Amino acid sequence: MLAYAVKRLGVALLVALTVSLITFSMIYMSGDPAIAIAGEGARAEDVEAIRKFYGFDRPIAVQYLDWLAGALKGDLGRSYTLRQPVAGVILARLPVTMILGASAIAFALVLAIPLGVVAAVRPNSMIDRFALALAVVGQAMPSFWFALTLILWLGVHWRLLPITGSGSWQNFVMPAVALGYYVTPAVMRLTRAGVLEVLSSDYIRTARAKGLRPMTVLFKHALRNAIIPVVALAAVQFGFMLGGSIVIETIFQINGLGYLAWESIQRKDLPTMQAIVLVLSVIYVGLTLAADLLNAFLDPRLRVA
Amino acid sequence: MMKEAGMPDTDAAGGRRIGVADLVAPSPATLLRRRILRHWGLLIGGGILIAIAAVALLAPLLAGYDPYDQQLARKLIPPVWHASAKATWQHPLGTDQLGRDYLTRLVYGARISLLIGISAMLISGVIGTTLGVLAGYFGGRVDMLITFIVTTRLSMPVVLVALAVVAIIGSSLTVVIWVLGLLIWDRFAVVMRSATQQVCAREFILAAQAVGCSTSRILLTEIAPNVVNHLIVVATLEMAQAILLEAALSFLGLGVQPPTPSWGLMISEAKGLMFFDPWLISIPGVALFLLVLAINLVGDGLRDVTAPENRN
Repeated sequence: MLAYAVKRLGVALLVALTVSLITFSMIYMSGDPAIAIAGEGARAEDVEAIRKFYGFDRPIAVQYLDWLAGALKGDLGRSYTLRQPVAGVILARLPVTMILGASAIAFALVLAIPLGVVAAVRPNSMIDRFALALAVVGQAMPSFWFALTLILWLGVHWRLLPITGSGSWQNFVMPAVALGYYVTPAVMRLTRAGVLEVLSSDYIRTARAKGLRPMTVLFKHALRNAIIPVVALAAVQFGFMLGGSIVIETIFQINGLGYLAWESIQRKDLPTMQAIVLVLSVIYVGLTLAADLLNAFLDPRLRVA
Repeated sequence: MMKEAGMPDTDAAGGRRIGVADLVAPSPATLLRRRILRHWGLLIGGGILIAIAAVALLAPLLAGYDPYDQQLARKLIPPVWHASAKATWQHPLGTDQLGRDYLTRLVYGARISLLIGISAMLISGVIGTTLGVLAGYFGGRVDMLITFIVTTRLSMPVVLVALAVVAIIGSSLTVVIWVLGLLIWDRFAVVMRSATQQVCAREFILAAQAVGCSTSRILLTEIAPNVVNHLIVVATLEMAQAILLEAALSFLGLGVQPPTPSWGLMISEAKGLMFFDPWLISIPGVALFLLVLAINLVGDGLRDVTAPENRN
């Protein structure tokens, strides 16, 4: 287990390092960043001053190492437009996105796991077909359009929920549903497949032969094993959701990381954009690492690698 | 097989004669055709997809107007099913806030969605398949390196990176296609890798290696035909994803630029009016939904009919 963990951690660190390199090179994608900041038609000496101020005149390798060293110490640079350290801005906005992501994944699990279990216990029943239809429909709906439709019905037509903002828990209901429904098909399919597989295994037959009640067999014996891959999937999907929350946060004007990303993209605020991509990627790397280690801890067969 | 007692023997009574066709096992092609015709999801999805593709190809013939023609005098006419005196069969789906015929824009929008979906899918397909097949065939260090590249790509949030790149280098149809194509190859690589690994474990690959076939020959004539059904399934999924991503980018103002008729852009432009004229967002939304649903149904259906043993 330790050898596996060390190896897996090494890969994760290497991935994070590569991501940081790609993220850093984003600045040079448009050509000269000093000209990009100064704007077109800026005087040559202004461009020069900006180049000096942001240190674009140094060799690129030095700039990268400097930026990386800063990032490791928690210094992600200064925002071009907000005129304050990016790290502080991100830290202030991160909790809102975390709450949104957590509520979205909670919604997805609460909806998907029971449906997946029922679908597996009664394959090809009405509920199984309904769950399948829900998954097919869910995957085809554009999330932003689903969000707008929710606003139109729940917010405007029936006046059940507030449309924008992030002040109270009611504000998070629609965004969490709009963000979470997209994950439900995957979780549901995995739960269904897992429970189906476990239910046909020998130890379940033994449990049934002992005369245990069907509910006990299902919840105490079957679900425990079937749910392991679902936990890992949920962790990975949580990472995807943090990245995907930009659309939902923009629509509902939730003051989180996604909205910050959209604002910084609108203002061409490169350091903030870079920092958000880096932070979200590192969170994702951390989550997949945790999921892999958890899986390996629970299922020793996975430790070979 | 045992004949059940009590079953009437229809043969002698002249009911049903056993023909040659009953004795010869149906060919794989016949079996495939039967499975396709019995698969409702595939038939419905295929039908919708063909219809949308036909609409996109025949757009100039079907649309009565120019998608860019603005007539402020006829702006915001509701669709015909709307109980409004303004609704007219001249504009069956109404007009938008700039007085452009909504049906015309919807029809031309199908071209944009399909163009982006197919192009981005082809770009990502070439990248992902190459990486996946190489990783699966060679294994070892090559596999480690490619798996690492895939892991790195997966850890970067697609929407955010796409938005950032488009914002930096400027948005246009070509940029959107390339950015999406260069970002969404991960599933191709993952699926092709494991499919190739499975095929490589079979004996005919060993046989081909033993008789001295070149690597390129083995890859192209031995492995490729056996992984192509997986490839088609992933291609449909990625095409659907590219279409949804383009719509999201355009919705956020960083995809296809106005006045191009893109469904995501149509929803974005009508966002401010959605409380008063909700059909402005529901019509392109339903179009997007139907297209993506159809592509997914075709993908799922193809997986079922080409590999019936893998269902569930």
